[in-house]
Amino acid sequence: MQKKTAYSFPDEILEHVFSFIHSGKDRNAASVVCKSWYEIERWCRRKIFVGNCYAVSPTMVIRRFPDIRSIELKGKPHFADFNLVPDGWGGYVLPWISEMAGAYPWLEEIRLKRMVVTDESLELVAKSFTNLQVLVLFSCEGFSTDGLAAIAASCKNLRELDLRDSEVDDLSGHWLNHFPDTYTSLVSLNISCLGSDDVSFSALERLVGRCPNLRRLLLNREVPLDKIANLLSRAPQLIEFGTGTYAAELRSDVYSNLAEAFCNCKELKCLSGFWDAVPAYLPVIYSVCSRLTSLNLSYAPIQNPDLTKLVSQCPSLQRMLVLDYIEDSGLEVLASSCKDLQELRVFPSDPFGEEPNVSLTEKGLVAVSSGCPKLQSVLYFCRQMSNAALVTIAQNCPNFTRFRLCLLDPKIADYRTLQPLDVGFGAIVEHCKDLRRLSLSGLLTDRVFEYIGMHAKKLEMLSVAFAGESDLALHHVLSGCESLRKLEIMNCPFGDKALLANAAKLETMRSLWMSSCSVSLGACKMLGQKMPRLNIEVMDEKGPPDSRAESDPVDKLYIYRSVAGPRFDMPPFVWTMDEDFASELS
Amino acid sequence: MEGELVLLGGGGGGGGGGSSGVSTNESAVLSNVEVVSEACSYPAESELELGLGLSLGGATGKTKPATATSSWGECGRILTAKDFPSVVSHRTKNGGPSVSVSGTKRAAESVSHEGGSPTGISQVVGWPPIRAYRMNSLVNQAKSQRADEGDSGIGEKDKPKDALKKKLNYNGNKISSTTTVNEKGHLGFVKVNMDGIPIGRKVDLNAHSCYQSLAQALEDMFLRSTNSVGAEKEQLTKASKLLDGSFEFVLTYEDKEGDWMLVGDVPWRMFVSSVRRLRIMRTSEANGLAPRFHDSNERQRSKPI
Repeated sequence: MQKKTAYSFPDEILEHVFSFIHSGKDRNAASVVCKSWYEIERWCRRKIFVGNCYAVSPTMVIRRFPDIRSIELKGKPHFADFNLVPDGWGGYVLPWISEMAGAYPWLEEIRLKRMVVTDESLELVAKSFTNLQVLVLFSCEGFSTDGLAAIAASCKNLRELDLRDSEVDDLSGHWLNHFPDTYTSLVSLNISCLGSDDVSFSALERLVGRCPNLRRLLLNREVPLDKIANLLSRAPQLIEFGTGTYAAELRSDVYSNLAEAFCNCKELKCLSGFWDAVPAYLPVIYSVCSRLTSLNLSYAPIQNPDLTKLVSQCPSLQRMLVLDYIEDSGLEVLASSCKDLQELRVFPSDPFGEEPNVSLTEKGLVAVSSGCPKLQSVLYFCRQMSNAALVTIAQNCPNFTRFRLCLLDPKIADYRTLQPLDVGFGAIVEHCKDLRRLSLSGLLTDRVFEYIGMHAKKLEMLSVAFAGESDLALHHVLSGCESLRKLEIMNCPFGDKALLANAAKLETMRSLWMSSCSVSLGACKMLGQKMPRLNIEVMDEKGPPDSRAESDPVDKLYIYRSVAGPRFDMPPFVWTMDEDFASELS
Repeated sequence: MEGELVLLGGGGGGGGGGSSGVSTNESAVLSNVEVVSEACSYPAESELELGLGLSLGGATGKTKPATATSSWGECGRILTAKDFPSVVSHRTKNGGPSVSVSGTKRAAESVSHEGGSPTGISQVVGWPPIRAYRMNSLVNQAKSQRADEGDSGIGEKDKPKDALKKKLNYNGNKISSTTTVNEKGHLGFVKVNMDGIPIGRKVDLNAHSCYQSLAQALEDMFLRSTNSVGAEKEQLTKASKLLDGSFEFVLTYEDKEGDWMLVGDVPWRMFVSSVRRLRIMRTSEANGLAPRFHDSNERQRSKPI
């Protein structure tokens, strides 16, 4: 009797089996079973995710995976979103595009986040990837409408063009004209970030009119309200729509056209935009409200009662983004109306004001946590919090996966007891066993970190600011949080000890960011010498580190694991601590 | 990992007692680790010994902040562009606190009253964590409000910072004070491009109070080489190459009307309120831009505001 083993399967069978495995993690696991699985898997992997573009080089990726069709790359650290990473830091996509141009002519999807994309890169993309279907530039910068014109002109198979939150240089409004008249494949277009004069409206109208599969259209602020009806009437099949400016003088013809246009969009489920929104035009979307699963009013300066009235008409809401104009009272209405709510984000309308301009407190969040059993993801900006509220919230929502609380005064205590908020956040990590992402704020001692290290076993990303008292805090996190991938810390009194004692942990994480902390240059050098698979990058705009003492704290520190070694595209204010650095300058 | 970790140094080096969980160690550890609320910001160095198989711990010696005071507040100190020794940033003429000072004060205050009443929201870079895109939207809302109100911005920046209660109300109600974009800390970033360099940078105009310091910062950004060692701090009074027209490159800016002008012609505040972006242009290409009047510019540049 012949013994059948895995090795006796023909490769094609294994490949077929692998084709059902989509998750990168599962594929990685399969690839280490044995050499033949590694080989088969690498030839048939089509999609790759690189969480840190400096963790691996394009050459290495191409060498291992010869036939990739979809790539996702992330560049700058997350705190770049808050202006903590000086311009010029890095994250350039051109080296990737250049190498992939030759290796992956059949590339279909490019997704980039926080990377520097130049017009040259876009032109190269347009030239090299004739089959490009998806281009997502999330929070990217460095390119202009010229680059977009190149994409529009060449990518005949483009389905999705998404420029979310990117910074685009407005050079010419006519890049949309570069989509040829024969181009009809657009399915998703997000140009909400474009500034004035960027979009030729007539070109947009023609584009929308000739793309019957268009399902998602997010306009930029400059598109006036009275033009939207026309646009919508050409695309009644839209599922997701983002308006431009939502303010205009009230005119009955505009009003009724809009109402009719929205009414005809029978599949519309997601609405956003609403810049400068005035209450007068809100009722035009009432016909859509009952179907809405996602509503983003976070750019809309509407206040109660109009805001609450709108929210109360949307019983199917799963995702709600709103400004704090909603106030506690509006959140209570949300809690009673929207039982399917999964994600809530409340942004501050006046983050720098000394006095609160709205009545939004912890009570609103408690109400939602109590009324919405499916709530999983929260981002909440407010001015006061109490441990009691946090404990209640934790008990109400054990299913939280993401919890981010931002108290506008970052070191504020429990307003009722004047105690630190350790116990409250402790309750969050203790009850929410599936918590993957947590952002802390408020007055916090080392104790909260002890709780986090003890309970937050599934935590992958932790953001900390103005918290803790000693290195013990950092030690708790690094030694206790088994699933930790990303840790970002600003303005905390953490120094060398915890970092050095947990150096090995850093290799199990994607990255660590520490700014305005107390890690000394000497410690950075030591880490650089001892940990060759970590890139230790010290950032200081005041001058090179060798001009200071070993014991001086570094301004910003970014540590990430990498198999590509130190990078060479650093600006003058970034220094890599590696073996060479230490010997050169000590 | 925890079992191997030596957290207590206090009672004579080595084992901190069998570590079977943080809670049993914790009280012992905390009794040795001083929780400070003022003055010395670090636990006594000799008390905390973290040793590990990797033997990376303990050898780093004392760490202290680079600045003179080692107050607790310094640990949470706001590090912004204003920390550059060459940059003088006095926001207002009548002695209102510069942003960094007031920020530092607030950080120190809010620490020393642990759990005190909420202090004002200081202008810390990176806090509150609102994405630049959203922040710009808030700014644009404010700008269009102000445009409606016909505010000129000049001469009104003298108000002390504390009096600038920001009552931006998006529904078109009156703004009770004329706050400007550039008062708001990190909303003063403008793009800078230099001829011949494909990647642009951004500079925070709020970090500067005069043309000299801005030009200095730009020179550091674009003209300084990677390996320059030695004194980086140049004197404020040294004339900037970019401003006096003697260099191969000259600094220009695009104003609100879309015109390109030489930097340095108008009073600093007027410049800040009208600049959209900067460009370091080849001097040869800068012909035809508004001619500058040397004498008045010399005065502008060296006069701190």
